[in-house]
Amino acid sequence: MNEFANRKQYILVFFAFVAAILLIRLFYIQVVDGTYKRIANQNGTRNEVIYPARGLIYDRNGELLVGNQTVYDIVVVPRELSTFDTAALAQVLGISADQIVATLRDIKAKAKKIAAFQPTLFYKQISTEAFALLREKWFKLPGFYALPRSVRTYPRSVAGNLIGYISEADSSTIAADMFYTQGSYAGKIGIEQAYELPLRGKRGLNVYVRDVYNRIKNSYADGMHDTVATPGANIVCTIDAGLQEYGERLMANKVGSIVAIEPATGEILSLVSTPGFDPSLFNDVHQLAARGALSTDPMKPLFNRAVMAQYPPGSTFKCLNALVGQQEGVATVGTSYPCSNGYYSGRLHVGCHKHFSPTTLVQSLQVSCNAYHCHLFRSIIDKYDIPQEGFNAWRRHIASFGIGQRLGTDIPNELRGLLPTVATYDRQHGANRWKSLSIVSLAIGQGELGVTPMHMANVAATIANRGFFYTPHVVKEIQGGQPDSRFLTPHATTISPAHFAPVVEGMYMAVNSEFGGTARHVKIADIALCGKTGTAQNPHGQDHSAFICFAPKDNPKIAVAVYIENGGSGAKWAAPTASLMVEQYLKKKVTRKWLEDYVLNGDLIHQQSSVPKEQ
Amino acid sequence: MDWLVVLMWLALMSIGLMGIYAVGYSDEHVRFFDPASRSSAQAMWVGVAFLIAFLVMLVEGRFYHFFAEALYALSLLLMVATLLFGREINGSKSWLALGPLSVQSVEFMKVATALMLAKVMGAHEFRLQNVRDIVRAALVVAAPVGLALGQHDMGSSLVFVALIVVLYRAGLRTWIVLSGLFFVFLFILSLLVAQEAIIIFLGLVFVGIFMIVSQRYRYGLIAIGIIAVSTVALYFGPQLFDVHLSLFEALLIAHAAMLPVAAVYAWWSRLHYIFLVVGFFVAAVGTCYSVDYVFDNVLKEHQRRRINDLLGIESDIKGWGYNVYQSKVAIGSGGFTGKGFLEGTQTKGSFVPEQSTDFIFCTLGEEWGFVGALVVLALYLLLLARLVGIAERQKSTFAKLYGYGVAAILFFHFAVNIGMTIGVMPVVGIPLPFISYGGSSLWAFTILIFVLLKLDVAQYDQQQ
Repeated sequence: MNEFANRKQYILVFFAFVAAILLIRLFYIQVVDGTYKRIANQNGTRNEVIYPARGLIYDRNGELLVGNQTVYDIVVVPRELSTFDTAALAQVLGISADQIVATLRDIKAKAKKIAAFQPTLFYKQISTEAFALLREKWFKLPGFYALPRSVRTYPRSVAGNLIGYISEADSSTIAADMFYTQGSYAGKIGIEQAYELPLRGKRGLNVYVRDVYNRIKNSYADGMHDTVATPGANIVCTIDAGLQEYGERLMANKVGSIVAIEPATGEILSLVSTPGFDPSLFNDVHQLAARGALSTDPMKPLFNRAVMAQYPPGSTFKCLNALVGQQEGVATVGTSYPCSNGYYSGRLHVGCHKHFSPTTLVQSLQVSCNAYHCHLFRSIIDKYDIPQEGFNAWRRHIASFGIGQRLGTDIPNELRGLLPTVATYDRQHGANRWKSLSIVSLAIGQGELGVTPMHMANVAATIANRGFFYTPHVVKEIQGGQPDSRFLTPHATTISPAHFAPVVEGMYMAVNSEFGGTARHVKIADIALCGKTGTAQNPHGQDHSAFICFAPKDNPKIAVAVYIENGGSGAKWAAPTASLMVEQYLKKKVTRKWLEDYVLNGDLIHQQSSVPKEQ
Repeated sequence: MDWLVVLMWLALMSIGLMGIYAVGYSDEHVRFFDPASRSSAQAMWVGVAFLIAFLVMLVEGRFYHFFAEALYALSLLLMVATLLFGREINGSKSWLALGPLSVQSVEFMKVATALMLAKVMGAHEFRLQNVRDIVRAALVVAAPVGLALGQHDMGSSLVFVALIVVLYRAGLRTWIVLSGLFFVFLFILSLLVAQEAIIIFLGLVFVGIFMIVSQRYRYGLIAIGIIAVSTVALYFGPQLFDVHLSLFEALLIAHAAMLPVAAVYAWWSRLHYIFLVVGFFVAAVGTCYSVDYVFDNVLKEHQRRRINDLLGIESDIKGWGYNVYQSKVAIGSGGFTGKGFLEGTQTKGSFVPEQSTDFIFCTLGEEWGFVGALVVLALYLLLLARLVGIAERQKSTFAKLYGYGVAAILFFHFAVNIGMTIGVMPVVGIPLPFISYGGSSLWAFTILIFVLLKLDVAQYDQQQ
């Protein structure tokens, strides 16, 4: 066989050839191809997100509105479970032993292989006190662990709609923002939603080395890639907690809202929307049923009426028309019109209540004369050659008060409202087929107009300021942040400041004149309250009661708008409520007990449901 | 005594210990000599391996020649006993409990078979041209192959096939070896490529061989032309009568029709080798035609999947392809210089199943990178070259062939084991010699090389 000795070379070459193939392949997957390194990174490490404490929320006087509290989620690692004292655990958690056994059986059934090493949620949210009790028994509970978690607390259960709440982020939120993962929390409605970014802080990251069962083995690369969580910024809001609470008491058993603004700054002093809800319902998982009821409640407690409900302005709008009339030069303080129970033009009749006649501009507001304002409105429109031009001039002035647009407050889901355009009427009547008379309802705040209580509070603040406003807002200061410049710029209206004096006087007389003042019953001794009632017609039922006001007359400190749904005339419910708010805010106490009792005892919800509606 | 081989033996065992320690390592668990850990068990077995090596060297050289049959018979008996009384682990029944210790009989079977084959073929009167002798040699290999298959141990049964290297060195015709390789190639090709393409490929290859050997290029081209034209005719022609032949059938008939023509031509021109070429062609077509049958009916589900995974036909990285995928991830993530000893995230996280046994190379690849893999490959290649060198310097045919048997078995283990961890070989459960965790294989491989070293020392000449 020595004649085959040369085959030694072939055999060795074959060995080397195969080894070379292996080597080339190794070089490719280890050095050239990067994908395996990436996969190994995902494979071998586990990122644990550290959620920072959410920022706190204070009222304008430094009182805590929203705080944080630690609760504990009880988790179990199925593999580590062994026999334990079921009764003791049941007692602490306040559930039955059978329930515990059933839950554990469920968890074990689902935990095959890898999941058996994973902490699985067993019981959500036990209080710090219950946790302390449980801790003493910890050694008797192998396989049980507690994960601390922060929930919101509400020392004063006020302003649910305004503050909002936090709840588990939904899938679209998770998809849109890296911050959230399954089970992490995000702000919903109100301040919690609008100021989510500063409130949530920056999350931290711990990178661990993990094994195939996803168990953490140790810190990855000695914590080189770990980052620290930054707590969320605290927020000071413009709300006066005392006033807010008082407003909510006044609005009990009424549907509607109160918006109070500090005219000089645009800061919202209180924002009530009723029926409201207790925000603390949302930090307790064991209140799921109550929470569910909120969203199905026909009274829509989660709906913030102050910025999301749209009503006709009603007679409160006359203040604006009086301003526009002067600015357009069709009326002066001396301009007067007669009224004989209303306004008549051809077949049209706009009714009015009984009052002295004729009235001047100031008196027209004092007694809220419909006829005067129909005359006035028509002369504004008819000043121009064609009604479209006149309407556009009128519209421009009204829009300068923020009507028909979002004011740009920091409250989410603000409504735009309705302010008609030429096109609106072209569609309704046909192009060039309408004139001032066709749209005369606008004179008394009816027709194609829609405003939110926020819009009208802003109008009151603008009149209080004699011609400008700051965009209303609920947040005064974000800890460590700059004040938002959009809330620091005044917005001027198209009306000269000089024209405000008669309107302010008219509003003052409406409250303080014994002769036909529509809101004379709500005047406050030694506070110069200026206000205007409104009765917003409602095609679906009784009129909405509306009132706008500010006080004191000079150097006003507070402007208020109140809407009470189906409350009838503005004088009936809205005016007393607003007046009490002003008194409470300026005097810190209410002296007119009879008026306060009247409002507190007013029940419009249950009365309505028991008495059939008149058609 | 060839100390270089001993040195490489020591080096490979040390690498193995290091790898096994790394697999078992975790941060809570830092003690090397934890009696329960695999690394300390392996350390113990390395100690036993020293003892075995010493004993092997102590025995007189001629013993291995004289008792080859006895050892072979004893090993076969052990295999049969394993088949009857063995324990089933991971689907193969290859563990036999002997007192306190479990052994894999097939590992020792490898040593005995190498000895037996060398003895049979080293016999004075043995002739590879003699059919009876070839059958005897084949039977020596076939018996353990059959028993290993009986134990559902596909990997080990393939190891014995590697002994073809011994036959080759002894003078087996090159074309037989090459055609063996060719059929393996054809088998894989027909799994990957459409049968039509393979028939065309085969036709061209064989006509090409004919043209080169006979120098009759014109006839070759004419043959190709006729096959092409008749295929087209066969494919489209019957369609006129609404009979549809597949392209494969058209090609097959066209080729078949050429066969008698080729036969007549060969007889007429006295080109007798053309019969061989034609016969080979028929066998090749037969192979490729039977591949589907073998693949679907002879191979088991998991074997089919491993081959499919390897060839990239289908994979399931979360299910049955998980092993190889995670193995590639571990090795691939090692980079050029590796993550460092005990720093392998995949290793520590136990992502690769069987990581201390068959997939130990993952740990080495991850923690020591390409450089480490290169060192391991170089060690094996050097060891193989050295073993071949030792074999060549043996005066006795027995010792020489045994040496080649040792090299062939080690080579097969090394190539297939590393190949499967990086996805160039199908997954068959065979260990990486001297490195994988496990006593039986370590001891068997130790015996395998130390018997050769002893024979080398003794330069035992059976003809004396």
